[in-house]
Amino acid sequence: MEIRPILASLRKHRIPALLIVLEIALACAVLCNAVFLIGARAGEIALPNAIDEQGLSVVTLTGADPDRAASEIPRNLDALRRIRGVREVAVLNTVPLSGNGWNSNFTTRPDMKPTDKGSINSNVYLMGEGAGRALGLRLTQGRMFTGEDYASASMGSSFMPETHVAIVNQRLAERLWPGQSPLGRKMYVNQYWYQVVGVVANVLRPKQAGAGLPGIYDAAFFPMQPTAELSYYVLRGAPADRERIARQAEDALSGLEPAAVAEGKTFVDIRGDYFSGAASMVWMLVLVCVVMLAVTAFGIVGLTSFWVAQRRRQIGIRRAVGARRGHILSYFRTENFLLSGAGVLLGMLLAFGINLYLMQHYEMARMPWYYLPAGAITLWLLGQVAVFGPAHRAAAVPPVEATRSA
Amino acid sequence: MFTYYLQLALRSLGRNKALTALMVLAVALGIGASMTTLIVFHVLSGDPLPGRSAQLYYPQVDPRDNGGLMPGKDPPGQVTLIDGRNLLHARHADRQALMTGGSVPVQPDMAAIDPFYVDARYTSADFFPMFAVPFRYGHGWTAADDGAKARQVVIGHELNNRLFGGRDSVGRQLRLAGTSFRIVGVLDDWRPAPHFYDLNMGAYDSAEQVFLPLETALALRLDHDGSTDCWGNGSGGVGTGLPSNSCVWLQFWVQLNDSASASAYRDFLARYSQQQRTLGRFQRAPNVRLPSLMQWLDYNHVVPDDVRLQTGLAFGFLLVCLVNTVGLMLAKFMRRAGELGVRRALGASRRAVFEQLLIESGVIGLVGGIGGLLLALLGLWIVRQRAASYAGLAQLDPQMLLATFLLAIGATLVAGLLPAWRACQVTPALQLKSN
Repeated sequence: MEIRPILASLRKHRIPALLIVLEIALACAVLCNAVFLIGARAGEIALPNAIDEQGLSVVTLTGADPDRAASEIPRNLDALRRIRGVREVAVLNTVPLSGNGWNSNFTTRPDMKPTDKGSINSNVYLMGEGAGRALGLRLTQGRMFTGEDYASASMGSSFMPETHVAIVNQRLAERLWPGQSPLGRKMYVNQYWYQVVGVVANVLRPKQAGAGLPGIYDAAFFPMQPTAELSYYVLRGAPADRERIARQAEDALSGLEPAAVAEGKTFVDIRGDYFSGAASMVWMLVLVCVVMLAVTAFGIVGLTSFWVAQRRRQIGIRRAVGARRGHILSYFRTENFLLSGAGVLLGMLLAFGINLYLMQHYEMARMPWYYLPAGAITLWLLGQVAVFGPAHRAAAVPPVEATRSA
Repeated sequence: MFTYYLQLALRSLGRNKALTALMVLAVALGIGASMTTLIVFHVLSGDPLPGRSAQLYYPQVDPRDNGGLMPGKDPPGQVTLIDGRNLLHARHADRQALMTGGSVPVQPDMAAIDPFYVDARYTSADFFPMFAVPFRYGHGWTAADDGAKARQVVIGHELNNRLFGGRDSVGRQLRLAGTSFRIVGVLDDWRPAPHFYDLNMGAYDSAEQVFLPLETALALRLDHDGSTDCWGNGSGGVGTGLPSNSCVWLQFWVQLNDSASASAYRDFLARYSQQQRTLGRFQRAPNVRLPSLMQWLDYNHVVPDDVRLQTGLAFGFLLVCLVNTVGLMLAKFMRRAGELGVRRALGASRRAVFEQLLIESGVIGLVGGIGGLLLALLGLWIVRQRAASYAGLAQLDPQMLLATFLLAIGATLVAGLLPAWRACQVTPALQLKSN
């Protein structure tokens, strides 16, 4: 296909040609960044979490008498254990994605202060006996807590547990002791120290804090005897039973603690609530992208149709002097190909620029390079699809048109 | 002439319905998407107390120890109980209030209603006049009641509806957390957005339903909610214990009526910090801030990043729609080169033709604006169905309604400039000849 005549004709219609280029460029830039954002948010929504999410129900108890926790918690656990289909029950101070974090800064040396640079902000999960089994933690190294560990751990006068054992997420272990085995090492918060006895597959934090998304797996687990701080009851059963278990567990605790408020939820709902903002962002962006592509396509159809209508006579002449329908068709396709090409080149530059701006002003990563060609190809294809109809109409212009005056 | 051009525009738009519909739809979609996000942004970044916010300030002092001291680092975002009380009792501002959040069980006398928890605010007396809180019945309590740890309570009108069917309940008793309180006031509808006085409680959450004197709540050891930040060996006071004096967990607000008193107050904070340092309580050099209400909101980035990003992308989308409209309008106007040539040959000036075409694009903008408004209303309805705490705030106000139409018509007029100008360049003779 000879492109020189196409370029010559485009030079005569500079403004419409520039408009198509501009529209494709803008659409390409918005599309790349929107899809990148969708990917980022969808990645957050799908963050892996090494607990038995499908089988878990959680009941939170607020307003129970703190002085009677030591006797009431075992009684509550007994009652929950009797619910049909419940395999494991335990109580913690918080659960992943609950939004209720309990954070502390850990160091790897006793002489470092928690406020020093180099300390790592991590969530503190206080686990009642059996919480490892109830959550479905997956041990990768070392051991879980023993009955002895649970019985001897208590809350002292401070916000840190009085114990000397801890289990850490794989991710936290890598951050605290890069390239070394974490087992047997000590982590410190002021005068408190904890020896790592086990490492578990990564469990999410209750909420993104401090380090934001990169720190979402910074969490450590500590044993705890029944105390007032433990108010999240987790029940593990078959996934099919989770709704019923959550409801029955809420009723059971409300009955046992009339002055307190119990609220039961499945973990699946807790996760859904936590990511609801991200999910609606994803839907909004998908909608904008689809509508924008449709608008762009119709814009191309409209402008090309106008072009075809304007050039009926010229098309007729070409047909009369021997051009086939295929020639006309490929003329308009090639023309669109060239315009889209210029558009996506400009669009990729714009997309890259917008990404740089967003990186500076928002917590946004660099867009991987392949988003740019992917967006470009999408718009190129879109252009070809949009031009199909008008090009066919152009090809249908009969040669006799040449003899008619416009 | 205007009405004649309007008629011409309508006739011309009616001639090619598909193209017109396409243009109107593109404008409507662009306006709808950008206005939905812009309204959400406008609501979220709004002034919670218009007219008063300029006089409200949020003093910050730095009571932390020297561990991990970084120079120039901002002081904590809340105050300790001891500093809060000192600043409150110093009475250096025109008004001042010390407060924190909590939740209390409401235990109604009627057996028909089970006990339930409500969010509460424990605050000193100036809260109500300082924030211009509207009362439906009764009034707030006084500073003397604060000192006397009075068992008095102000309730929100939602709670009043629930417990007393909306009747004037001032003077009645209400049982909260096992203690009987006398109701002294019932608030009118009050939902400052953002929930500026305590951003830890969810930046766009609704106002609390129970307001108690801070000293009363502390004496009764009521549950405290919100953020508690400790350093050194501070203990967060879980359960009903009070956080220690190396924890910040209260908010302190002041009203300063002019800028002279604001700068005097800043000096006072520095003097106070120096004095506390001499006493050995503070270890750092005086590190004080006195942001105004709007500065404080800005500093805390209360508008979620996602809302900003959505707004930006929606305007990108509007731009695509407008470029698209420019292209389509150009196609439409150029197709009528012959007709315009005749008008020009009959004596119409370029200016007249230009005006005629601009009116035509204005009509597209108006119709597109109406479509965009409907789409924005739909978009806002969808936003309101979401779980986000700010969802309920997404409402259209008259100001934004006007902005929608101005944006729609303004944008399409700008979009019409280039096509109209191009169409004016048509040489009448050439068009007449070829026809």
